[in-house]
Amino acid sequence: MANAKGPREIRLSTTPDADALAQLRLGDIVYLDGLMYTAREGVYIRALEDKANIPLDLPGQSAANFHCSPAARINPDGSFEMGAITATASFRFAKWLPEWLAKTGTKLVIGKGGMSSKDYKSYFVPNGAIYLSTVGYGTGALLGRGIERVESVHWQEELGLAQAMWLIRCRKMGPFIVASDGDGNCLFERENERISRNLAEVYEGTRPATLKRFGETDDKSDELI
Amino acid sequence: MIAIDLIQSTAETLMDKAAIEIPDDYLAGLKAAAAAEDGDLSSFVLQAMLENYEAAKEDRRAMCGDTGTPRWYVKMGNETVIEGGPVALEAALRRATANATNGVPLRPNRVHPLWRTDHDNNVGIGAPEIEYGYEPGGEWIDLITVHKGGLFGTDYRMLFPSDGIQGIKRFFLDSLVAFGKRGLACQPAIIGIGLGGCKDTCMVLGKRAACLRTVGDRNSDPRIAAMEEEFTQLGNSIGMGAMGFVGKSMVIDTHIEVGYCHTGGMQMSVHAFCLSSRRAVARVFPDGRVEYRTDPDWFTDYQRRETVEWQMPKGHEKSA
Ligand code: SF4
Repeated sequence: MANAKGPREIRLSTTPDADALAQLRLGDIVYLDGLMYTAREGVYIRALEDKANIPLDLPGQSAANFHCSPAARINPDGSFEMGAITATASFRFAKWLPEWLAKTGTKLVIGKGGMSSKDYKSYFVPNGAIYLSTVGYGTGALLGRGIERVESVHWQEELGLAQAMWLIRCRKMGPFIVASDGDGNCLFERENERISRNLAEVYEGTRPATLKRFGETDDKSDELI
Repeated sequence: MIAIDLIQSTAETLMDKAAIEIPDDYLAGLKAAAAAEDGDLSSFVLQAMLENYEAAKEDRRAMCGDTGTPRWYVKMGNETVIEGGPVALEAALRRATANATNGVPLRPNRVHPLWRTDHDNNVGIGAPEIEYGYEPGGEWIDLITVHKGGLFGTDYRMLFPSDGIQGIKRFFLDSLVAFGKRGLACQPAIIGIGLGGCKDTCMVLGKRAACLRTVGDRNSDPRIAAMEEEFTQLGNSIGMGAMGFVGKSMVIDTHIEVGYCHTGGMQMSVHAFCLSSRRAVARVFPDGRVEYRTDPDWFTDYQRRETVEWQMPKGHEKSA
């Protein structure tokens, strides 16, 4: 995938040190090596709200939290079959992440769509964490190739296969894109801002709908006609 | 009579094909978009997608870890008879969905909306959806599976005749800009637009427009066909590409389907069939033949008929 004027490509450990994290720039392409764990709402609720003991040593074993549910099955002999993995949208987990990052020492949050620069500045930067986005989101097969081994799965009985905590040993898993940096800047906000400059021209001549909706006005006493 | 075992085994093969093999028409569309794209990051993303499709086929693994919500569109000829009848047919499709979820494997996505019960097989109340269509003549059955992804990328709005084409364009742009940011719609996508009908049928039409027509296919009404082309260009002029990065690949194709609506309204729905535009089709015949394809060929002249009685239009005498 390397091309002369394309983005920079970097190999990174799932237990990265501060120097490795400091060199990451928005838009860099990252491939991961080491152990990563999946955690989303089910795991967060169980660990943070129900105060269940986290079944592994964090961040000793892994400092990389993947927001995903794999396409996987547990074979009758207890082995695992994991084909494709694809991230799920992260903004829904903002409620739990500040506490989760502080508690687990997680340094890499991997998912779909990123968070806001406000999130990055308020609890990613203080915890020394970086956000990595999957690429195109639908690259499940490529990411699947980066699975060296599925080590174990926890809480699948309580949470189901999709919400369970999977431990995945990866080798050159990627590509991922660096979507936040050490100052809490947000790649997607930078892109949105560039795109917005062009929007007035694209919309020129179009007509706002006759029937308004809440959200287009925040005054609930308005009549939406 | 068509054997029920053949229906089930064909349906299982279709689940596998849909999850793993990107249809040629969408692939060609994406390659063209990749060739035209000049945004750095967008280009990288499209290149990665093209490699992803190859990896999926080579390794026989699902192209996307998110299975979406697998569903079935079933079409039958007027003379079709199925062993065991429609109840057996629905059971076969549910079994095929469950078996393939475990077999491929696919992600078990379907849960109860309130209790979050997960059967780990993509089957439950109302899941998978099974929708039906019929064609004059024929003893075959078309099995079409679509694994459409995306919690994002779909919207509905009641417009009025006075909103006109400019109002339709506005809502089209609103939908793309809203769902395209951060690439939540997993664009570039096939955009389906439903116009008219009632609220529910407007959604159904738009979804079918996105999922059941191939890239490059044009509506049989030349004025709607022209709109489809114009809207594709409009979408790609937003300045947004894959993942919401600066670029120009937002829309691979636009498909518009219409239905007669209340005289006072102009319902509109927008649907984005994502980077994993997964559909697979097979026609099963009573003599045991199975023909696989990727074009659902759903919107025939019969499906778009306007008159009380059906008459095959002149020059279209080929059997559907
Ligand atoms: S929208 Fe499509 S490509 Fe994106 S994650 Fe969902 S199924 Fe995959």
